Amino acid sequence: MLEIKNLHVKIEDEERQILKGLSLTVPKGEVHAIMGPNGSGKSTLAYVLAGRPGYEVTEGDILWNGESLLEMEPDERAAKGVFLAFQYPMEIPGVAGLTFLRTAANAVRKKRGEAELTTPEFMKVVREKAAKLNIDTEMLKRPVNVGFSGGEKKRSEILQMAMLEPTLCVLDETDSGLDIDALRIVADGVNALRGPDRAMLVITHYQRLLNYIVPDKVHVLSGGQIRKSGDKSLALELEKSGYKEYEGEAA
Amino acid sequence: MAAVQETIDQVRKIDVDQYKYGFETDIESVKAPRGLDESTVRYISARKGEPEWMLEWRLDSYQRWRTMKEPTWAKVHYPKIDFENLYYYSAPKSTEGPKSLEDVDPELLATYAKLGIPLKEQEILAGVQGARVAVDAVFDSVSVVTTFKKELAKAGVIFCSISEALREHPELVRKYLGTVVPQSDNFYAALNSAVFSDGSFVYIPPGVRCPMELSTYFRINEKNTGQFERTLIIADKGSYVSYLEGCTAPTRDENQLHAAVVELVALDDAEIKYSTVQNWYPGDKNGKGGIYNFVTKRGDCRGHNSKISWTQVETGSAITWKYPSCILRGDNSRGEFYSIAVSNGYQQVDSGTKMIHLGKNTSSRIISKGIAAGYSQNTYRGLVSAHKKATGARNFTNCDSLLIGDKCGAHTVPYIEAKNMTAHFEHEATTSKISDDMLFYCQQRGLSAEEAIAVVVNGFVRDVLQQLPMEFMAETQKLIGISLEGSVG
Repeated sequence: MLEIKNLHVKIEDEERQILKGLSLTVPKGEVHAIMGPNGSGKSTLAYVLAGRPGYEVTEGDILWNGESLLEMEPDERAAKGVFLAFQYPMEIPGVAGLTFLRTAANAVRKKRGEAELTTPEFMKVVREKAAKLNIDTEMLKRPVNVGFSGGEKKRSEILQMAMLEPTLCVLDETDSGLDIDALRIVADGVNALRGPDRAMLVITHYQRLLNYIVPDKVHVLSGGQIRKSGDKSLALELEKSGYKEYEGEAA
Repeated sequence: MAAVQETIDQVRKIDVDQYKYGFETDIESVKAPRGLDESTVRYISARKGEPEWMLEWRLDSYQRWRTMKEPTWAKVHYPKIDFENLYYYSAPKSTEGPKSLEDVDPELLATYAKLGIPLKEQEILAGVQGARVAVDAVFDSVSVVTTFKKELAKAGVIFCSISEALREHPELVRKYLGTVVPQSDNFYAALNSAVFSDGSFVYIPPGVRCPMELSTYFRINEKNTGQFERTLIIADKGSYVSYLEGCTAPTRDENQLHAAVVELVALDDAEIKYSTVQNWYPGDKNGKGGIYNFVTKRGDCRGHNSKISWTQVETGSAITWKYPSCILRGDNSRGEFYSIAVSNGYQQVDSGTKMIHLGKNTSSRIISKGIAAGYSQNTYRGLVSAHKKATGARNFTNCDSLLIGDKCGAHTVPYIEAKNMTAHFEHEATTSKISDDMLFYCQQRGLSAEEAIAVVVNGFVRDVLQQLPMEFMAETQKLIGISLEGSVG
């Protein structure tokens, strides 16, 4: 279970608070969507969960399965099952996708106390997972994300997610820059990874993605706080009325 | 920033202090008296039982050296070297006798075993089936053993120490020695020509493809001793050889001098591939100690359609001053230079190449990857020139620099001189920094900060890594990892 308690976050060396007392609980087996206007702190939340440097938690806590993540390095969090699908995945020139995937998978396995995969074992797993997600492994022969289209980048993120077997998946604006076909492939991938042991947090600006990834709960994030929570119908409501009524500071 | 800062701290702390080859071997040695004058040169020559012409050559070099000044144009800073305070010759006592493997001091064999260099042929046979490497091991000033000699002799290949070559094949040595790097080429080359003690000699007869990789391992052990090795490789018409050199030294507070000369000669249709993995002691985390590496390496594509290819991986030494070059004399000859230079701590690297196009339709290619971390300074310095008769000369140069942290520096100093209208020279250069976002992305995927740097750096140097002989690629990848983070391996 993910428990975010009264989380206050600011950018290092700056005064401005971005998250101002955000509280949220996502039980295992559930998919929650976070929606909100631009600048509401959605991406900050994703980054803070994953431990990106540059943010300072001034108050509150993040517990994953009862354990605080705040003092952990990003790679330790990854070992604990935290995965962030990036809005803008980074390019790594000269490093083939397969090499990167194998290095990452084995780094995580090692930290989890599992045996590392040999090359044949790894290749087998990659082929299986990629087939399941309808992803062409040709892409993995190229350097990570270099010259990838928007759709390819997101598919690559979903394949990485499947390979690392996370238990807490955070998807940051995964739908941005995708056409409808790519969106469907990504959504199918996410749906294929839904399971009783996995909690998912889907961050999005638009309702569109939630037609394909149907959430158990929808939260409205605005002004650094969760302003309203509800079921999937809340997303449709937002689509109609917009974020207007949630703008400005909370009372 | 926090993650990067921490990585830098860790690198600074671990890397330089964890020099894996920093042990010292306790072995009795015979030394020439400290300092350098004519009698030192005579001592070295006599010690090796050299022919008279060789002594004359050395003395001539010594006289020229005395009139020369240390070069100061490189971007390296160090206290003045006291050439009078060095030992110019040191040999393990026990190698005075006949040289077969059984006679080698077990201490020495143990040293090389510790360095991971199997000298016993059976070990090599057992260890790396199908990927055999003949090794010449040089300890301080002398070659201690050369492996696989018999098998190479069957193919007509001569692979031995240069001292032995002077005894057994004086006509070959005399014909080629100093013809690529003249005695007075530069200060350090002149010094080397006067006092060089040992090194490797290779001759590949016409039409022969050398049946295995040849390799030399250099080890400096003695205190206050300069190592001056001399390597001469001749590939006769239509032959091919691939040669690898590796080097290590003990961890010491004082700086040690290493001034080698390597000469390559490729005749018509011959090809020489020369790879170096240089891992001399880089000094400690405060920049104390380490090897001063002043090396002159040059290849002469003397014949038509000949090819010389330099590949270097430079991770060690406090100071590196090294420009493996090609003289493209023969028509249609080709020169290549692939380099990875990693600097960390307070290391200073000033390295690059010279491609001198003299013949017609000659071509050259330069790929240089510099990686600077810690407080190090990493300079690429290169010259590409076309003589006025070098019609159709072509060069492609690519210099990329990668910075880790914000205390280090990367510099690119390319010189281009084209005296022929038809010359076609291209130069590309980039400088980049490992970004925090890239590191965070890798870390989010489970890699530790050091692993993340290793992955990014290995991607950065991939074009060059691929040029190394297969057997050394994995080793080199690991070495680069160790140089930058200390926690791998």
